[in-house]
Amino acid sequence: MFRRTFTTLLAGLSVSAGLMGSAAAAEDMRIALVVKALGIGFFEAAAKGAEEAAEELGDVEIIYTGPTDTTAEGQIEVINSLIAQQVDAIAISANDTDALVPTLKKAMQRGITVISWDSGVAPEGRQMHLNPSSNPLIGNMIIKLAADELPEGGEVAVLSATTTSTNQNIWIEEMNKVMDNYPGVEVVATVYGDDLADKSYREAQGLMQSYPDLDAIIAPTSVGIVAAAQAVVDAGKVGEVNVTGLGLPSEMAGAIESGASKSFAIWNPIDLGYSATMIAHALASGEAEAEPGAEIPMGRMGSLTLDENNQGAMADPFVYDESNIDEFKSIF
Amino acid sequence: MLRLLASREALLLGAIAVLLALIATRFPAFVAPSNLAGVFNDTAPLILLAIGQMIVILTKCIDLSVAANLALTGMVVAMINVAAPGVPVVVILAVAIGLGTLLGMVNGILVWKLDIPPIVVTLGTMTIFRGIIFLLSEGSWVNSHEMSPAFKAFPRAEILGQPVLSWIAVLAVILFAVVMTRTSLGRAFYAVGGNPHAATYTGIDVGKTQFWAFTISGALAGLTGYLWVSRYAVAYVDIASGFELDVVAACVIGGISIAGGIGTVGGALLGAIFLGVIKNALPVVNISPFWQLAISGSAIIIAVAVNARASRSKGRIILKTAEHAA
Repeated sequence: MFRRTFTTLLAGLSVSAGLMGSAAAAEDMRIALVVKALGIGFFEAAAKGAEEAAEELGDVEIIYTGPTDTTAEGQIEVINSLIAQQVDAIAISANDTDALVPTLKKAMQRGITVISWDSGVAPEGRQMHLNPSSNPLIGNMIIKLAADELPEGGEVAVLSATTTSTNQNIWIEEMNKVMDNYPGVEVVATVYGDDLADKSYREAQGLMQSYPDLDAIIAPTSVGIVAAAQAVVDAGKVGEVNVTGLGLPSEMAGAIESGASKSFAIWNPIDLGYSATMIAHALASGEAEAEPGAEIPMGRMGSLTLDENNQGAMADPFVYDESNIDEFKSIF
Repeated sequence: MLRLLASREALLLGAIAVLLALIATRFPAFVAPSNLAGVFNDTAPLILLAIGQMIVILTKCIDLSVAANLALTGMVVAMINVAAPGVPVVVILAVAIGLGTLLGMVNGILVWKLDIPPIVVTLGTMTIFRGIIFLLSEGSWVNSHEMSPAFKAFPRAEILGQPVLSWIAVLAVILFAVVMTRTSLGRAFYAVGGNPHAATYTGIDVGKTQFWAFTISGALAGLTGYLWVSRYAVAYVDIASGFELDVVAACVIGGISIAGGIGTVGGALLGAIFLGVIKNALPVVNISPFWQLAISGSAIIIAVAVNARASRSKGRIILKTAEHAA
């Protein structure tokens, strides 16, 4: 009799302990931010954004992790250990589109929310994918950067990578689609620097010779934008020809300093880490569903609308100029 | 012999003049003296490397590692500049030439002592040098804001209205023209390539001469490494990628025989300028970028074909006089 009461009591205790345990887990949601490799400035910045989101949400613990080299094998090991730790969500920037799918599927079967960001995973290996930006947004941004400095219109030229680079060609195509929104701005030429510093430099020189009234060079490639900025400095045309496009803050700091480039754009890794965390939290807590057409809230970044492939674009590329270049040039 | 060489170079000079005239019909400003000086300045790195390559080719070898040597030396001096911005440019120049020489000697030793075919040696070292840059830099760039102003200013500084970069090319042309025609080492390069057996009989060490050829080519590549990185104000793994082929093309256009033994510094200079004019003209003559590669390739083949016709040695007719005599 006594013994039986004791067992019941124990059972009751363990049940309440279990309840308390799950209550504690619900209080502190653990979101793992898995990156391509540790020690890369871009991802360290993304982790900073994730911490910012965690602070804002209050009940989130960020596990920032990844392999030491950019391999799919390394990421698989990391994911397996995260599954063993029973984290609530995994947000990954993948080293391989397909290789990670089986492991991530296993994670989803265990009830873990899986999303990819920056570099995506095949649709069956994740619930949704967060793109830093979209081709139309980038195409619009590169011409907007040039046009903003030309209130009265002017001549701009495009310095691309190779004639066959898919990304650049799509962005230039998207840019041409929105040209009507920028009256007075005329694209006079598109040249190709083949992502070689010397050829891009020569092409930029050629543009300035062929079009003496040129006002801006748009280079949607990191090698081209740096080379064009140097060519403008050497030609003594700082202030006459503005170099803009897509580049990395660490590589473009000199061009901003010399004035050859007034502003340029690239995605902001801090915002990206922040948004990925916000989305992972919304999905894991059941606030939002990852399905085509769904709108998922991302805190200060607004909300993300998913397309038919469960993908969404975060925002316009982030603009860097002399006001923020010093803050970002040491990050990536 | 001297007249034949002179005529070949005259032919190339004529080809360059025709090319300039053609360009002028589409873009007259191209032939303005200031622009031509700019083209020469832009071609200076190619001229420096072509001189080194010419010497190597004269000895029946080939150096495919010049561009990788340039990139490695450039990265090393850029990293030195970042680590110690106070180091004067003279020291940077010495380090660049020294390191380039060392890398050239590695090629030379492998060809000389181990008797490995030069194309294999330099293909290997080309990849190794690029690999070392990756190890040193861990794939990251050295950017213009990290380089000191003095480091970037040197090739741009003007003497008598022309940048130092151009003057270095001019000096190298004069120096090596003298070395190749007036010194025993210079003549040894010709002897080794022209007839290795005869050279051996006259007491010239063929392997050692090839070693010196690679060493000179390396030194010039090292020097160009600093100039390149400073001029474009950026250093990363892939700078000047594929440039070794431009260098070989410049030599071939300049009438330097791939079989060895024939060629002059003047030829290398004109070959480099020919290529430099094409490279600088294509962006301004408003030709579709899709045609540009085909055009520059055709120009190379035409130049070489003309050269080959001009330099074809006429067979010595030994029976004709006998016939007449008969």
